[in-house]
Amino acid sequence: MKRKINVNGDALEVDVPDDKPLLWVLREDLHLTGAKYGCGIAQCGACTVLLDGSAVRSCVMPVSAVGEQQVTTIEGADGPAAAAVTSAWRDLDVVQCGYCQTGQMMSATALLETNPSPSDQEIDSAMRGNLCRCNTYYRIRAAIHRAADEMEG
Amino acid sequence: MFENGRFSAKFPRPTLDRRGFLQVIGLSGAGFLIGCSRSGETVTAGGDPDGAAIAEFGPFIRIGSDNAVTVVIKHLDKGQGVTTGLPTIVAEELDAAWTQMRAEFAPADVSLYNNLSWGPIQGTGGSSSVANSWMQLREAAAAARSMLVTAASEKWQVASDEITVSSGVVGHRASGNSATFGDLAARAAGVAPPATLTLKKPQDFSLIGTRLPRLDSPAKTDGSAEFTIDISRPGMVVALVAHPPRFGATVRSFDASQSLEVAGVSDVVEIPRGVAVVADSFWSAKKGRDALTVDWDFSKAENRSSEEIFAHYKELAQGDGLVAHESGDAAASLASAQATVRREFRFPFLAHAAMEPMDCVVEIGDQKCDIWTGSQFQTNDQYVAAEILGIQPEQVEIHTHFAGGSFGRRAVPDSDYVAEAVTIAKAIGGRAPVKLIWTREDDMRAGRYRPMSHHVLEGGVDDSGEVSAWRHKVTMQSFMAGTAFEAMIQNGIDGSSVEGARNLPYAIENMRVELQPAENGVPTLWWRSVGHSHNAFATEAFFDEMAHLAGKDPYEYRRDLLAEHPRYLQVLDLVAKKAGWGDSLGENRGRGIAIHKSYGTIVAEVVDVTLTGNSFTVDKVYCAVDCGIAINPDVVRAQMEGGIGFGLSAALREQVTLENGEVQQTNFNTYRSLRIDEMPDIEVHIVPSNREPSGVGEPGVPPLAPALANALFDASGRRVYRLPIGDQLWS
Repeated sequence: MKRKINVNGDALEVDVPDDKPLLWVLREDLHLTGAKYGCGIAQCGACTVLLDGSAVRSCVMPVSAVGEQQVTTIEGADGPAAAAVTSAWRDLDVVQCGYCQTGQMMSATALLETNPSPSDQEIDSAMRGNLCRCNTYYRIRAAIHRAADEMEG
Repeated sequence: MFENGRFSAKFPRPTLDRRGFLQVIGLSGAGFLIGCSRSGETVTAGGDPDGAAIAEFGPFIRIGSDNAVTVVIKHLDKGQGVTTGLPTIVAEELDAAWTQMRAEFAPADVSLYNNLSWGPIQGTGGSSSVANSWMQLREAAAAARSMLVTAASEKWQVASDEITVSSGVVGHRASGNSATFGDLAARAAGVAPPATLTLKKPQDFSLIGTRLPRLDSPAKTDGSAEFTIDISRPGMVVALVAHPPRFGATVRSFDASQSLEVAGVSDVVEIPRGVAVVADSFWSAKKGRDALTVDWDFSKAENRSSEEIFAHYKELAQGDGLVAHESGDAAASLASAQATVRREFRFPFLAHAAMEPMDCVVEIGDQKCDIWTGSQFQTNDQYVAAEILGIQPEQVEIHTHFAGGSFGRRAVPDSDYVAEAVTIAKAIGGRAPVKLIWTREDDMRAGRYRPMSHHVLEGGVDDSGEVSAWRHKVTMQSFMAGTAFEAMIQNGIDGSSVEGARNLPYAIENMRVELQPAENGVPTLWWRSVGHSHNAFATEAFFDEMAHLAGKDPYEYRRDLLAEHPRYLQVLDLVAKKAGWGDSLGENRGRGIAIHKSYGTIVAEVVDVTLTGNSFTVDKVYCAVDCGIAINPDVVRAQMEGGIGFGLSAALREQVTLENGEVQQTNFNTYRSLRIDEMPDIEVHIVPSNREPSGVGEPGVPPLAPALANALFDASGRRVYRLPIGDQLWS
């Protein structure tokens, strides 16, 4: 059915089944392919986007559950935390294959929005849901600390 | 991979013969093209804008009028960083500025883009990308540089030996002339290639060995990097396949009526690999497949459990194997030893579980086919697709895209997922472009695992207290048999099964290494570090036990028996020094060491653990690596960090098991790989070297698991003989 969905600041209309996961609406209907499919059961975090600023796994969220909430994908990520995350990710060359990294960055952004100076343990607990088979975790942790430092100025 | 077989042909040394050199770097063909046409896929941000005139300097280097230098990458970048490493080699010999470098994946063409380490095939694997491209790209870049200098000399009417090139600027001090590469490219592409080349000396390198930002970081951090799963074609449909639930099962019949009622589902077709459901989107295809009923014929399937297969291996291991290495007389030495130890090791099937599941986009045209995918074997896939469609390989165009990991999975002798996509596109009459997507469950259960293996190791210490006997028998299946890579099996021995075991560097007088080939119906494949992934564990964990039996310190005893190998010693000493080997660690802690050479690169790792009740934490990993010249030291460090995490993940919990022939793991909730909270602190140290570069994608993996097991022994007094470690030390 036709519905409105707020993505990256735009109110967009899509015509999709109610049960279609937000991930596939973003990817197939809105051509925003930054969020990735990795598991389909909220186990890997490659599909992470922000819903009113909180990190959610878009692969298990039916589009009908989004309602009026604001969806932010990597393509529309902005603000101090997102900018700090992007520049830290680039400064430290965190990426390897890169497939999971947009999800990692969205989780990191959501973390820094609520906790601008997380400890290692807080990073681990916020990022535990994001898998990386290249195992770039060591740099992810370092990049989050770096982004936190940059935000602190 | 490909270390010991026919495919390990040495790559050509720098040749001074002009014709030979021009052939190697591809400058001997029809000359140079200038224009805007391009066949490859730009992979880095800031590619040549439309309309910039492009001058080609052979098949690897293009310089645009906008001053962009594009390096055509013949390999797949699946994270290991070749889209940064290979441009670094070019930039160095070209004296380019790093900011002007771009990367683009090459089209599939074995005549131009052969892997010189193990071709004839355009392929990526065996940590060979930098090693086999090293001289090829240096020569291509040096030739292009020389042509730019000649063009400037002609343009400015000055002597070419008075011209300098630095950071992308060609200059002539006396006349005050200067020009960018972009200014000179069109003219330079028209001059005759040089008759001789002078390559830089390592001490003159200004980019190689420095930290340069990865060229793929910008696109991979803003969502614009295109993976296969992101490809969209006009009118494209999405296909999911119902694969047999057991390997070797076939379709007896199927009922598509419910599937076809799902909105968006257009076709349900039987293909040799199962039943494909084709729809307008992933979600429709998935619902359509969920609604499909298939009656499978299991009469020719592998119906055993992995426990049953392993029990069979254990039985097989009692017989004589094929001799892969023999020096001295291990049997006699064991018989006369003062003390002996015999241990059996066991390693599971492992999934690659790359974050991007297997996927492929296929568009069939009139006497042609376009394929978009991230493949490690482009020209192999090209041949397989051509055969399915009854066209010529050169009519199949492969568009290589970034792969979201691979770890060997996208190097498939029978091109499984590519063949599947082509078959489906053909089955719907080429009506629409097809995107095949495997769900995570499909990917996890589709096989091509790292083979399971059983190892028996026996060692003896003689009356002088030295290890004098070593006997190792590996029992496992080969994944080369029956494929285009069968030639890698020599005298019945698949070299990849015994790599790292049959060439043990330790000075042990009597050694015998055997392979007992086994067979089963589970399809297997190379998995990051291949045979080294299990042989390094068996040999380095057992060596540790032998050192203990001989009453020696495990680091010192490795030193003693590696005395004839200065490269090994340097790596071993570096890691021991950085870790502070011999320092006291404190209560409930332990430390282990391991060293292993794979693909020409030597890596040693020290692992520190802490016991925590009924479990343990891995606190820190120290790593030393000798990979020859480190082209991009930060990429080398990244590969070691990633390799350590990959090795740790497998060591802790990863395994694929079968019950009644059915794979028990389905997704990341049951195939539990490492998460950030278990990632240890890591320190990587690179041995300075002027040797030609060797690979770094795989060699960080093998030493991790044995170093961890040795650390657990140090902490707990218990040894690990079976992976994954799981909770076996406490159960």
